[in-house]
Amino acid sequence: MNSTTGKAWVYGDNVNTDVMAPGLYFKDSMDVMAAHCLEAIDPEFAPNVQPGDVVVGAENFGVGSAREQAAMAFAYHKVGVILAGSYGRIFYRNALNFGVPLLKFPQYGEISKGDELQVDPVAGTIENRTTGMKYQVEPLPEFLLDMINAGGLMPWLHQRLQETSE
Amino acid sequence: MARMSGLTITDKIIRKAAGKENLRDSLRVGEIVTCDVDLALLLDSGGPRRIWPRLKELNAGVWDPDKIVLCTDHFVPAVDAASAAILKLTREFAAEFGIKNFFDMQGIGHLMLAENGLLQPGMFTVGGDSHSTMGGAFGCYMSGFGAIEMTGVTVTGQIWLPVPETIRINWNGDFGAGVSAKDIMLKLCRELGMNNGGKVLEFGGTTVSAMDMQERGTLCNMAAEIGAETGIVEPDETTMSAIRAGGNEPAADALDWCSDADAVYSSVHEFNAADLVPQIAAPHTPANSGAADDYRGVKIDQAYVGSCVGAKHSDLTMLAEVLRGRKVSSGTRLMVAPASNRVMTEAAADGTLAAITEAGAIMLPTGCGACAALGAGVLADGEVCISTTNRNFKGRMGSNEASVYLGSPYSVAAAAVAGEIIDPRELLS
Repeated sequence: MNSTTGKAWVYGDNVNTDVMAPGLYFKDSMDVMAAHCLEAIDPEFAPNVQPGDVVVGAENFGVGSAREQAAMAFAYHKVGVILAGSYGRIFYRNALNFGVPLLKFPQYGEISKGDELQVDPVAGTIENRTTGMKYQVEPLPEFLLDMINAGGLMPWLHQRLQETSE
Repeated sequence: MARMSGLTITDKIIRKAAGKENLRDSLRVGEIVTCDVDLALLLDSGGPRRIWPRLKELNAGVWDPDKIVLCTDHFVPAVDAASAAILKLTREFAAEFGIKNFFDMQGIGHLMLAENGLLQPGMFTVGGDSHSTMGGAFGCYMSGFGAIEMTGVTVTGQIWLPVPETIRINWNGDFGAGVSAKDIMLKLCRELGMNNGGKVLEFGGTTVSAMDMQERGTLCNMAAEIGAETGIVEPDETTMSAIRAGGNEPAADALDWCSDADAVYSSVHEFNAADLVPQIAAPHTPANSGAADDYRGVKIDQAYVGSCVGAKHSDLTMLAEVLRGRKVSSGTRLMVAPASNRVMTEAAADGTLAAITEAGAIMLPTGCGACAALGAGVLADGEVCISTTNRNFKGRMGSNEASVYLGSPYSVAAAAVAGEIIDPRELLS
């Protein structure tokens, strides 16, 4: 897994899965769902986010339902990494399963919208190129690195099934 | 030799599922273990429609069709060609893989498990929906996961889990009139917050012992709102009776699944049920809760009784208790979507349904419905709703510009009659 460089999109506490993936678009395809990602709290996000950008939440980012479209929306937009103080438990797992790395980053309050960040999720290093601040946080869990390096749960399952059939 | 400190029911279930039953095996909080799954609940929402294409991609089948329970509830009844197609695919999946426990339009999945005696104390179970935590009422470990992980479970029968810590929550004493398990959970959302990943809520005390399984289900269901891994209640004779009523025999060791007297909890919270007053959560989060009286006078366009947490038979009974002999206020609409066909049947048999419809309520089909903006009863811009459901996030029930208040069936019924939020105890004296 490579490091990522992009602009920060900064949000507050308890950004929930209903605003990431609104139920009204549940039956629609992922491109429609992703176009409405975060619309209720930030209509600018979906039209303007660029591949490699960094989404920064505060506490309990992704609280709410099991809907995987919440994590898939960020994968669809090719968000490079998500940083937050803490995460909704299912969202955290879903994001890793879709190959979207996320790190626990207690200093989220030091990031402003539009800051340019360089993040290495495996090393747990974060550099704010706008302010010059550098941070070391807990890297991705070692137990899960095989899966994350494989690109998520599906490629990892594929590998596992091939190994057992050999 | 140092004595092993006592274990919670959750510790014991995780140890069994992770193959670490030997007490000499160390198992520390946060350590990631791989657990064997005893039962997996798949729903039409994140079930076959998302899992089947992945099984095809992997050229894989179902690890054990007898350990899968499949239900249609989110998209029932079909309201357009897209939802009809999802339901059709779900039925085809059940036939293709020989899923015997397939409940098609019979009710919300979490209730199907309870009504059919499919949960046993000590089981390690997972579901493809956040409110799968409801299963913990039966003394099993049951937690919710996304469809991608349910794909993994469907193929391998296993899932990874960081070993959780347990918070013990004791409620003692009797509720006053107009107070129920829902009020407990709205209060706990405020007091514990919604950010409790890695923690299991273990509910106990005399208030919980006195509850039926449906009210215990309300406690465990809304452990999801508290952000916990799950909720759990130690099994007792009430649990045993519920398993038998579902047509199964409790396992021989069912009552052995309990927490040790010296179990280690990360914290213990004590509450007195007699002190609890009806609670309301204001927009746009369940944690934004307070006494119902604090929200007095909020005008209500729609009162909604529905969902896994809020439309069980016990909920309809509370609703009817307030509505009996009264009428829904003009200018307010009351909609009721029973959580299962059996709930509807029981409510019809004991007069509950008549009390509800005679008051002017509109009955909606069984299913998840408007709770997640998927079925009948969604809200327009600027509308205000009071609901027995579990979430009131922005846009949850339709428009981003709608406001949803959460309350117990007593509180929702009282607001429907008054046309505005009141303390339901005023109608119950």
